[in-house]
Amino acid sequence: MSSSQNKTLIEVNNLSKLFRVGKGRTLKAVNDVSFFIREGETLGMVGESGCGKSTVGRTLLRLYEPSGGEVKFEGKDIYKLSASEMKAIRRDMQMIFQDPYASLNPRLTVNDIIGEALDIHNLAKNRAERKARVAELLQLVGLNAEHANRYPHEFSGGQRQRIGIARALAVNPKFIVCDEPISALDVSIQAQVVNLLKELQRKMGLTYLFIAHDLSMVKYISDRVAVMYLGKLVELAESETLYEEPLHPYTRALLSAVPIPDPDSETQKRRIVIKGDLPSAIDPPSGCPFRTRCPLAKEVCAQEMPPLIEHRPGHYAACHFAGEPLPKQEGIVSAG
Amino acid sequence: MKSDNKLRNSSKGQNAQPLLEVEDLHVSFDVRGGEVQAVRGVNMVINKGEVVGIVGESGCGKSVTAQTLMRLIPSPPSRVKKGSIRFAGEDVLKKSEKEMQQLRGGRMGMIFQDPMTSLNPTMTVGRQITENLIRHRNMSMKEAHKRGVEMLNLVGIPLAETRMKQYPHEFSGGMRQRVMIAIALACDPELLIADEPTTALDVTIQAQILEVMKELRSRLNTSIMLITHDLGIVADVCDKVIVMYAGQVAETGTVHEIFTNPKHPYTQGLLESIPRLDDDKSQPLVPIPGTPPDLIKPPTGCAFAARCKYTMDICTRVDPGLFECSSTQSARCWLNHEMAKEVHA
Ligand SMILES: Nc1ncnc2c1ncn2[C@@H]1O[C@H](COP(=O)(O)OP(=O)(O)OP(=O)(O)O)[C@@H](O)[C@H]1O
Ligand SMILES: Nc1ncnc2c1ncn2[C@@H]1O[C@H](COP(=O)(O)OP(=O)(O)O)[C@@H](O)[C@H]1O
Ligand code: SF4
Ligand code: SF4
Ligand SMILES: [Mg+2]
Ligand SMILES: [Mg+2]
Repeated sequence: MSSSQNKTLIEVNNLSKLFRVGKGRTLKAVNDVSFFIREGETLGMVGESGCGKSTVGRTLLRLYEPSGGEVKFEGKDIYKLSASEMKAIRRDMQMIFQDPYASLNPRLTVNDIIGEALDIHNLAKNRAERKARVAELLQLVGLNAEHANRYPHEFSGGQRQRIGIARALAVNPKFIVCDEPISALDVSIQAQVVNLLKELQRKMGLTYLFIAHDLSMVKYISDRVAVMYLGKLVELAESETLYEEPLHPYTRALLSAVPIPDPDSETQKRRIVIKGDLPSAIDPPSGCPFRTRCPLAKEVCAQEMPPLIEHRPGHYAACHFAGEPLPKQEGIVSAG
Repeated sequence: MKSDNKLRNSSKGQNAQPLLEVEDLHVSFDVRGGEVQAVRGVNMVINKGEVVGIVGESGCGKSVTAQTLMRLIPSPPSRVKKGSIRFAGEDVLKKSEKEMQQLRGGRMGMIFQDPMTSLNPTMTVGRQITENLIRHRNMSMKEAHKRGVEMLNLVGIPLAETRMKQYPHEFSGGMRQRVMIAIALACDPELLIADEPTTALDVTIQAQILEVMKELRSRLNTSIMLITHDLGIVADVCDKVIVMYAGQVAETGTVHEIFTNPKHPYTQGLLESIPRLDDDKSQPLVPIPGTPPDLIKPPTGCAFAARCKYTMDICTRVDPGLFECSSTQSARCWLNHEMAKEVHA
């Protein structure tokens, strides 16, 4: 676990990423987002699909070039680095993907999947050393050294995700973007992978950006949590605080929408159901991006984009009426 | 019981009327490597107005069971080896394809995980709803149109008149799923089979769909078979739960029994492996080690034995069969044998 004294590993300032989508139109996948990640901490990131989580993750690793803003890794702006400097930093920053099926090359053995990562950075002097290192990594993620000669399709989803983790760890990274690493797995297997990620963090001092849409899992694994909506960061706080005292209406709706595995839960019956669907990022609403679904929306929300403000120490929210109580709804909801 | 649960229990008691009865169902697939025994002796009853949740790991036979009930599973490669399915007293397995078509989309509605593959992309949404009504309910075009608009309104789609004229790709994922529900419900089905209806959706949209389903059940007394991975959803909307493992029913009971007093180690394991919003996060999660068995050669004895922390000698040799734990709960585990009571505690 990190303490708030830990130094900043990653600093993101006003990051934006636009995609061209034809007919001269652009899609703002990430829109002026700023945050930082401390060394050794897990920053969780949640939000509805398409809100820009993966794009943030990929742009942080410079898998995408940004449209604006900067990302500092250990104080250095990674977008200003030369190709060779970038290659050195790539070792420090790795990614684990959502789909354990699609992210492994089906034609390579596990030995070569993990070995490839070692080769790119010349981390093994010879075949024997490479093999030994692969065996060590497999053991680290709870697989067997004998698994090295098998192909991905011979493994279960949870095992494949472990192979993906071993590949990311092969180069001794400092920072890993975990992009929905457990979404494709069964509940009984998810816990195996999450426990493994936590254990590896403790052992190796890793820093994570943990992207997910399962809010209970994010709370469980994260020190702090960032909530995104339509390309914007709308709230960020210590995870306990975010779940106990959310300030943004979207965060509150999101939390209250999570079905609780307790048939006698009272919270279940007092759910805030927000209306409508996520608007398009090609043609986002004026002002606050959430205003088309927000039960608190007023005139000003359509005119001014609420800035991300630190309402309490370490607790940021972007809402003109942060913290105001929400009306409860009943019955069938209608889409906006 | 802490909560009222009035609504949930309305369908139980003396006047429970069975709508769907499945007995000793066995379904296999013939594949190159042999026979995949996807469903191995499933029993279940869904009463009128009851919401029954089916949970279990990927590959445990949930979808095959559901698709067999509707006779939607291609044969070959699949075949029903044994068992019976009765819907409103009639033998489903004996029906002709024509009779099945009459049943499907009429008295039996269904919603699938991926609404894009189950809606016809070349037909307007309106036509897809009205065609069904004309076929199954002998409505006139005008009546069917009126009913279609009503249904779209019911599932929370605004501007329904306009929406009727649009094609599926003009709807968002959540709205398509609501259209699927509208189509499935337009003919007032007695049984709605929903296979992971919200898995592809975001939680805020999922919350909307769950509200719609709850409302339907309380207004129209529809029976619902709800397949899901999400125990939270089960706790939220179901009356009864069937936990499946390796093609069998591992445990079944009321939602209260399953969540507060599970009698099968697999059910217990599932409940322990999920984090909860109100949990203390310094506690490590408790995963279930290992993976489910290969259904080409299912183990003799208890299918869960290789992953169970209580495995006894007898477990690997003899299938425990279902033990009755209460009038509503039973579990396929030797620990429920009278002689094993102490081990369990
Ligand atoms: N067409 C097929 N040919 C061969 N085997 C099949 C076929 N369809 C399903 N199976 C097998 O039948 C078993 C049960 O599959 P089923 O689709 O019912 O699982 P499920 O419980 O619905 O899983 P999920 O949660 O992943 O949807 C699995 O072992 C699966 O591999
Ligand atoms: N390569 C791309 N080209 C065009 N649009 C993209 C691309 N990648 C993502 N997008 C769009 O950017 C938005 C954010 O996507 P993404 O970051 O993948 O969301 P999330 O990970 O939160 O689900 C979405 O509208 C998505 O369709
Ligand atoms: S700024 Fe206005 S519309 Fe946006 S979240 Fe706050 S109250 Fe709602
Ligand atoms: S029968 Fe034996 S192995 Fe199976 S669940 Fe019960 S105790 Fe475990
Ligand atoms: Mg993504
Ligand atoms: Mg399925």
